[in-house]
Order: sequence, then C-alpha cells, then structure tokens
Amino acid sequence: MKFGVIIFPGSNCDHDALYALTHNLGQQAAEIWHESEELGDADAIFVPGGFSYGDYLRCGAIARFSPVIRSLRRFADSGGLVIGVCNGFQILCESGLLDGALIRNQDLRFVCRTVDLVPGTLDSAFTSACQPERPLRIPVAHGEGCFFADEATLDRIEAEDRVAFRYSGENPNGSSRNIAGVLSQGRNVLGMMPHPERACDSAVGSTDGIAVFRSMISAAGNGLRHAG
Amino acid sequence: MQAEVDERTAAEHGLTAGEYQRITDRIGRVPTLTELGILSVMWSEHCSYKSSRLHLKKLPTSGERILVGPGENAGIVDIGGGWAAAFKIESHNHPSYIEPFQGAATGVGGILRDIFTMGARPVAVLDALRFGPPDDPQDGPANRRIIRGVVEGIAHYGNCIGVPTIGGECSFDPCFSANPLVNVFALGVFRQDSIFLGSAKGLGNPVIYVGAKTGRDGIQGASMASAEFDEDSEAKRPNVQVGDPFLEKLLLEACLEAMRTGAILGIQDMGAAGLTCSTAEMGGRGGVGIEIELDRVPQRESGMTPYEIMLSESQERMLLVAERGREGEVLEVFRKWGLDAVEIGTVTADRLLRVKHGGSVVAELDTGFLSDDAPLYDRPHTAPRRTAPLDGPVLNEPSAAGLRAGIEALLASPDLNSKRWIWEQYDHQVRTNTTSGPGADAAVIRIKEANVSLAMSLDGNSRYCALDPRLGTQLIVAECCRNLATVGATPIAATNNLNFGNPEKPEIMAQLVESIEGMAQACRHFGTPITGGNVSLYNETLGEGIDPAPVLGIVGILDHMAAPIGSCFTQAGDLVVLLGGLLPDCRGEELPRRFGSSQYAKTVLGQTWGLPPSLDLEQEAIVHEATRSIVRQNLAHSAHDVGSGGLAVALAECCFGPKPIGATVEFETNHPLLYAMFHECPSRVLLSLPRANIEEVVAIAASLDVPLVELGHTGGSTLTFGLNAATSVEAPVARLRGIWESSFEASLETQ
Repeated sequence: MKFGVIIFPGSNCDHDALYALTHNLGQQAAEIWHESEELGDADAIFVPGGFSYGDYLRCGAIARFSPVIRSLRRFADSGGLVIGVCNGFQILCESGLLDGALIRNQDLRFVCRTVDLVPGTLDSAFTSACQPERPLRIPVAHGEGCFFADEATLDRIEAEDRVAFRYSGENPNGSSRNIAGVLSQGRNVLGMMPHPERACDSAVGSTDGIAVFRSMISAAGNGLRHAG
Repeated sequence: MQAEVDERTAAEHGLTAGEYQRITDRIGRVPTLTELGILSVMWSEHCSYKSSRLHLKKLPTSGERILVGPGENAGIVDIGGGWAAAFKIESHNHPSYIEPFQGAATGVGGILRDIFTMGARPVAVLDALRFGPPDDPQDGPANRRIIRGVVEGIAHYGNCIGVPTIGGECSFDPCFSANPLVNVFALGVFRQDSIFLGSAKGLGNPVIYVGAKTGRDGIQGASMASAEFDEDSEAKRPNVQVGDPFLEKLLLEACLEAMRTGAILGIQDMGAAGLTCSTAEMGGRGGVGIEIELDRVPQRESGMTPYEIMLSESQERMLLVAERGREGEVLEVFRKWGLDAVEIGTVTADRLLRVKHGGSVVAELDTGFLSDDAPLYDRPHTAPRRTAPLDGPVLNEPSAAGLRAGIEALLASPDLNSKRWIWEQYDHQVRTNTTSGPGADAAVIRIKEANVSLAMSLDGNSRYCALDPRLGTQLIVAECCRNLATVGATPIAATNNLNFGNPEKPEIMAQLVESIEGMAQACRHFGTPITGGNVSLYNETLGEGIDPAPVLGIVGILDHMAAPIGSCFTQAGDLVVLLGGLLPDCRGEELPRRFGSSQYAKTVLGQTWGLPPSLDLEQEAIVHEATRSIVRQNLAHSAHDVGSGGLAVALAECCFGPKPIGATVEFETNHPLLYAMFHECPSRVLLSLPRANIEEVVAIAASLDVPLVELGHTGGSTLTFGLNAATSVEAPVARLRGIWESSFEASLETQ
C-alpha cells in the first residue's frame, strides 16, 4: 500500500510517519509538499502533526488554504482514506472535512504523555484491527487537543457511530465525552489527537499504534479486491 | 551623522579606560560610534571570554573521537559508521530573569541554531534550570512566575520546532531568586563528510543574509549578559529578543536543504551580537575580510542606524558564504521555504570588516583584532568565597519515626520531588528516538542512521560547589558519568556551562578557577574531553552573587538501539544490590563535616556546613566499569545512581516505577544511621536483579574489586528498612509516591 504524507511549513511529525509506515509497517510512503496540486498515486493520505504555519491565528487555520487541501478534499470526497493526527486532526477540522474543533487543553498546559484509548467502534477502516477489550497505549503531545462541538453535533456523531477512539481512564485535555478521534460522515476520514505513528516500535515504548495502520491496510486491500 | 566618541561613551558601553586606549592605539584614531558598538560586544565577557580564557586552556579538549573541539559553534564527536554528533550547552540566564518566557524560548532557539549551523539535524534538547524556591516566604510569588514562564518558554520553542526535550535537571536555592539559570543543551546528528564550519573563504564570494528581518530587539544583549543587575534592570526588558520557533523551523529545513546543494562554503548563525559577531568571526576564522552594505540587510523597521543594525540580536538569522556563480541554487532553496535571502556583501582579501551604509564606510576594523586580539585578563583570585561554617550542629540519632519523616521531607523538597509537571509540558517523544526519557538517570536516544544510541546526562550541584568548588565540580563530572553507566553507556565527550558571579571579585574568580581545575582533572580521568561550552559570569543582582553553579553535559555511546533498563524496580522478588558499598571511603571522623553538604542538611536541618562528600576517582571509575558490564550483559532489571538524598531517597525512587513496587532492605553499620541513610557519598549504584543472576554479578564486582552489598529484595507495598537488626523503618510506597509526585505542583499553587 502507498501512503502520501503531506508536509506543511511547520509540520514536525512527518519524518516519524514516514519512518513508521516504511520501517515498522513495510509499506510505501512518499512526501507531498503542501503546494502540490496533486496527490500522486497514493492509496491513503497521512496528515502529520506539528505546528503548520506556526499555528498562528488558530491551529490549522492557515494550512487549510494550502493548494494541497483542494486535492485532499477531492480525494476524500471520492472515498479515499485520510488520517490526520494531532495538528493533522486540527487541519482536517478547519478544512471542514471533520466535525468539531480542537481548543486549548482544559488546564491550559501542553501535555506529552502516553494515554489509554479504547476504540469507539470497530466498524471503520481505522479501527477494525483493534481489540475492543484491551486499551491501546498511545502518546499524546499537544497544547490544543480538547475536542469540542455543540451538544447536537456530539449527539449526531455518537448516533452515527463516528467516535473512533475515546480516552479511557484519564482524559488528558478535557475533550467532550472523552473523544480522542472522530470519523467523517463517509467514515473514510479519521482525525485523532494521539499519535499512532509514535507507537509502532517497542524500542520507544508501544506498538499499539500499528492496529490503526493495519486496519487501513486491510481496508485498502478489501477495497482493491472489490474494485477488481 | 554619528555621535562623538570618547572615553565616557566607551565606559557607557562597558569598556574600561584601558580597553578604550587599546582600541585607539591599535586603529590610530577615534572609533566611530558603530565601531565602538561592534568592539564593545565583541570584547564583552559573553563573546570574548576575557576573564575565563586563560583558565579554560587547562581543560582537556582532544581525544580519539573528537572531530571538532572548542572554538566553533559546537563540538563534534565521531559516533561511528561515518556519522557524527554535534552538541553544546549554552546559557540564557540574564534574559530569562528579565523576561522568563522569551528569555528561555530564545535560549532554546539559539543553541539549536548553533547545531544546525554546522549541518547537523538537532535531535535532542536537555536543560538545567535553577530557580529561587517556589515556596519562599518572601520571593515565592516572583519565583513561581519565573518558573512558569521559563518552562512555558522552553516548551513553546522546542515543541514547535519539533526537537524533543528528553531530560535535564532542576534545583532551587534562594541565591537564584534574582539570578535564575537557564542552561540549554542540544545535540544534532549528521554525516562526517557534511560538516560545515563558520569560516569565510574565497575572495569575491557572496556573503548572504538569510532568515528573519533585522529589528531593534536585543541591541546590546551580549553586553547586558556581561554585567550585574541593579534596580534599573527592569528597563532592560527591550534588550531581550523575541523568538519565532516557526521561522526557525523553516530556517532549519532550508539550511539543511541548501547545504545539500554543495554551494555553501561557510555558515554561521547570528546569535549574540548578531551581524557583528557573525561577520567578524567568519572573517577572522577564514583569515579574510568581509565587506557588507547595510542598506541591503532586510529590516523590520525604518530608520535603523548602522549601529542598531550591527548590534541587533533579532533571532532566526544566519549568515553564509556561497560559491560565486552558484548562489542562485542557494537562494532558490530559501525562496521555496518562503525566507528572505539577500546578498549583502563579499569576501575580501584585506582582513577588514568593512561596513557601508548610505554609500559611506561606517566601520572598518581588522577581523583578527576584533576576535583574536580581544583583551585577556588574569584576574586576581584568592581563596574561594564561602559563607558556611566548617562545623555544624551536634546531631542526635533520630528515632525510626524521625528517619521516616526525613525520607518524606526529602521526597517533598523542591530539589528532589518529581518534576513531571515540568517535563510533561515538553514533547519528549517527537522524532520517535527517545528510548529513555525525562525522569531517568540518563536520557537516551537511538540514532537510526548509525545503528547506535547516545546517552546524555546534565548535572550540577551548587550546594557542593559553594563548599568546595574544586571537589564539587569533580563530583558533578563523576555523577554525570555514573548516570551514563546506569544505562550501559561509555562517556565520550563533555560540554560545560560555567555559571558564576562577578569575576572582578577575587573570591568569586577563585571559585571559577578552582572549578575549572577540578573539572579538568575529572574529565581527564573519565576520558571526556570538553568540546566547547559557555561561560556566564556576573550572575549577580544588587551585589548578591549566585553560589558557583558549573553545569556539565556529558554524552555517552551505546552500541545498540534497544531501550536501556530504567532506574526503577520492575518486578517483585528481585534482589536489591548496592554496588560500591554502604559508606565507601568514608572515614568516620570526617562524616560529621561532610554530611553538612547533604540534601538532608539543607532540607531537614535547614543549614549547610562543612565539605562535600569525598571522592576517589579510581574507585568511581571501577564502579562505572562494573555497572556497565552488568547492564550490558543484561544481568540487572534496573540500575539507579545513589545521589542527592543518599541511599534512603535512592531506594524510594526505585519504588516509583510505572507499576510501583516496594522493597525490604536490611543492613548493619557502625556509623550513625543518619549517615547510612542520607549521606551522599558517590561511587554507588543500586541494582535490582533476578536471584539467578547474583553469582555472575558478584563475580563481575569481585573481578573489578568493587564492594557489593546485598541489601534485600523487591516486593510488597511498603519500603521497609531493617537497620542493625534493631530499628525498623517502614513506609507505604503509595504514600511516599504521593508526596513525591504532588509536591512540586502544590508548591507552585501556594498562594
């Protein structure tokens, strides 16, 4: 499977995503510069974390105007798999590809620690390989990761089974209803604050992030078989 | 039009009458105001090391792994396989007092530029911080404001640029209330054949300015950092620069990409003294001249004078020399990243720094005169200043309850309690290399490219150094190397940050001299040459200086990329073993004096006296060797240095892993129990290991002649001491851990 990793000025988890996808998962992965109008032949797109455009104005608020977002939107509209992590999640929300917004952590401090996540659904291209009974240990590292939406939107997200992950036990940022990751209405776009690409190698702590990418690889494989 | 310059103007610039005389003698005329400004920063303590240079020469600086030693932007060591690591520590003390957030943030930005200037990609940051106590009855509110500001500043810059802050240390003393210390260490990795130096070469080659526009911020910052603070220091707030980590991230990526074109011949960041220092040093190192036109320098404000442009310390700027004819390739890369890149001058043959503005020459000075011929002082030094008495109070042996209260008081103290509140605000995982992060004895990252790991330890102890700067500094070097040994690493090189008071006072100068000499001896002993560093003097406010606070950053190497063992117990039923012995090399009659330097004396008894613990360098080295050997053969589950707070605190810390585990230890001693529990003699490491491995471990210790004491075993929910089979001290681990984990945040919330 071939992943495209979008690089904005200020992205800083791009190298980590490329390394995890190629070295830990044995997939192909290519860089896509934010000024690119094309996504190439990528089967799925990874929007990495960092501080795109310095996160000035508002996290992700400037990145959404990058030329690559237009093609990303077309890709998502046609059913392509898109995962946005941390700043990538913020960018996808700002771009209107996902509902809700990420606001400052409840205690107003940046937080970097490994947390427990439980899948909110196994019925998605990002969570099908997860085990419901065992929490995933995955790191967070953000200052503005508190997921926020009005009650009606939250109700709708839950009613449509679009909560991909919830914090289990401790909620590190005050997110509404412990939501750590959400799916788009088409279920092919995921945004999540925790970093699965940082949890693909036992040398640096956890391999629980692999389940997210395995799910995507399996979904893409199924999709290709259906297409064939 | 430029103002008249005379001896008074020179004095206002911090130049002495003698220094001004030296200038007029050498150039044969009265300098222009711009020239005076240039000379005043180049000859400031911060840039010229005029008080310390003579003594810094005593430090060992070469070794088989040293590729580049002191004098460049950072030292460089060989890490094998054609790869190299560049690292250095630098202080941003004065700015962090005046404006904690920006002062600390730009401290991070500055040291990172030093690393990527050389072509290395920064992969790790550590920091050593000193503050006034957060719960100080008088200065508490101000201290808490500084602590919060500094931590947020470091987080702001490091997190945004995407370099993990993987460790460091932090301690507290009232002498740092008005003189906080912020020392930032950074390390980067690159190929040995892609090292860039800050040297101009090739007559006629273009001198290119890249990065942020120049503004009026930070003018005379280097001079500010070379003087004491007084009542007017508030007015120096405009001297502190403002950092933009996003811009620096772009600069980092653009510089590394531009270097790959092969068209860059020399490059230097604009740090202290900005355009002045970068042009003078690049010309000086290359033995050439540089001519620049200030009208071409990108400027943020209109109407800036040549003086202001030359002395601005606006952040996120670099100066480079490219190969004539290929400058287009370089400029193209910076355009891609949206950065200003402008040719502002050329390399010349005359060894002069010539500065033009509005068509006329506003400064013309010999580049060698600016840097190499800076004044050098052999400042008088007497006996080091010390205020503490040699003998302390008569101590009664505490009861079991008293010993337990001592453990709890130490675990709650700002120096020893958990600093999770600080390090969780730092992204310590980005780049996915951190195999041992904050809170561990040593920070470790894997170097994927080179198939090795690098371990780093930052340490200082001004409590020891105030009592004996020579021995205190040796103990710091020993502790750094011991920390590295606990993860199995071999120390290879060091960087130092010398934080002291006013060197014009002979008793302060003596502290500096003794500290450097002690460091030289210890670094030779452990095979860790000093590859560079930073000297921060004049850490004084209203005549009150800091205790001597040298900080060492030592780098070690491991020949694998797996996560090392940690410092905490991992499972019940393991044996607890103390390598090095209970109170090694401690003569009983000396203990009452040496105990006066302990954390127990400071925290529980509220006073310090006497001398630091004695140190036998030979003994220390063999303990490291035994530890490394045991760790490398995977015989231990954990290894922890016995440091501040002594054996009792070290054992408690071992219980505080992700899965807390208690322990029962028993020992007999002829010494008072107070010393056995809390004295801080060095050369000791606590291990936990499976029972099956004890024979091998004993054999390794015996073969190196290292004393080994079997203390007990892990398990249970309490930490229990059986002392001389008569006294039993028992404390629930959950309670101790609660105290240790919550005290720091609680002290910040004191009202």
